Amino acid sequence: MVTENHDKKGWKEIPIGGIIEEAGNAERYKTGTWRSFRPVHHPEKCTNCMICWVNCPDTAIKAGDVNSPDKGLVGKNDDPNLANFGGFDYEHCKGCGICAAVCPTKAIDMHPETEFLDKEGEE
Amino acid sequence: MVNLRQLAKKEERLGPGHRMCPGCPQTMIVRLVTKATDSPVVVANATGCLEVSTTIYPFSAWRVPWIHNAFENSAATISGVEAAYKALKKKGKIDKDVKFLVFAGDGGTYDIGLQSLSGALERGHNFVYVCLDNEGYMNTGIQRSSATPFGAWTNTSQVGSILKGKQEFKKDLTSVVASHHIPYVAQASPSNVQDLFKKAKKAFETEGPAFINVLAPCVPGWKYPSEQSMEIARLAVDSCFWPLYEIENGKYTLNYDPGEKKIPIIKWLEKQKRFRHLLKPENQHIVEKLQQHVDAMWENIKRLSEN
Repeated sequence: MVTENHDKKGWKEIPIGGIIEEAGNAERYKTGTWRSFRPVHHPEKCTNCMICWVNCPDTAIKAGDVNSPDKGLVGKNDDPNLANFGGFDYEHCKGCGICAAVCPTKAIDMHPETEFLDKEGEE
Repeated sequence: MVNLRQLAKKEERLGPGHRMCPGCPQTMIVRLVTKATDSPVVVANATGCLEVSTTIYPFSAWRVPWIHNAFENSAATISGVEAAYKALKKKGKIDKDVKFLVFAGDGGTYDIGLQSLSGALERGHNFVYVCLDNEGYMNTGIQRSSATPFGAWTNTSQVGSILKGKQEFKKDLTSVVASHHIPYVAQASPSNVQDLFKKAKKAFETEGPAFINVLAPCVPGWKYPSEQSMEIARLAVDSCFWPLYEIENGKYTLNYDPGEKKIPIIKWLEKQKRFRHLLKPENQHIVEKLQQHVDAMWENIKRLSEN
């Protein structure tokens, strides 16, 4: 889903060859709206091994630093050269469930999105 | 061994917002492979799922220079880019050390792009070619390719009263590429992250052509739940359907031998609905034929890597 207005460009404004000039601009396209199951993280079981991060097809697991509020609490986490679990990017997570399947400590589980809606059906 | 917590500190070269299916391991492979070098990378992409879904106009998920030309000529395209780079370097107009990388599916590699790949390998361009093998033309609606395994259902290898899925064995492309006697050839799987990363790193460090064939399970094409992508890839490795090996300057090395833990091929087949007809008792001869083929190929790889 595109969350911003795109004024349709005329042929004079489109770059020659239809080149996309802004690298990685697909980030503005929110694939998180596809999701029907939401990954939920349990820091008390997480060792920050980053196996979920490497297996995520959508770059939707953030690499956090030592101050990451979502970091796992098991093991040593205070080395600034090492990443910590940095939370989910729910704007892009498609809810495939690979992170929960590969997690060696079962620190992620999948919940239906309906659990996160209020009575009016809004988040 | 690469420390994943260190690797996570490095920049991403394929961003989010692409429209690959949920659970598709191809983008995970791309993320990992492109992290295996610190040099700037130029990517050429053959037509396929990855090309179509990462660059839907007016968006692109790529954060590196990226070129798509046609289905059949990704290797020829990168050859031209690499030759231009060499010429500019000679003239002193570029001083960076740039790496050249191709991503193509099995359609763009096993079938349609084979002659352009063969030509580029023979000419000895300095590039890395990664085949993302999802065993069929999944982007256009699951048609058979020469990478589709024996017995598999696709829309063009139907299961009926007479024919039971694809009648031919999978083409052994890794051996075809190895016959070009290029410096580096490898076969890898996304389930074995460390192995895949090591191979990508070696391929980038190779002078001359390097080829990595990576198995890429396909959620809608192989028909399994999206969270099982890595498990399916692991079962393919453990059943020896997809052996992990590399060939460095003609020397074979087997990177992983399940040994006692080798599982029968049916354990891999039963997880995928494209093989569900093979679970019926009357079709067991097809499973046996596939098992014999897999065993023969596995013994061959083992024998080659012992010398």
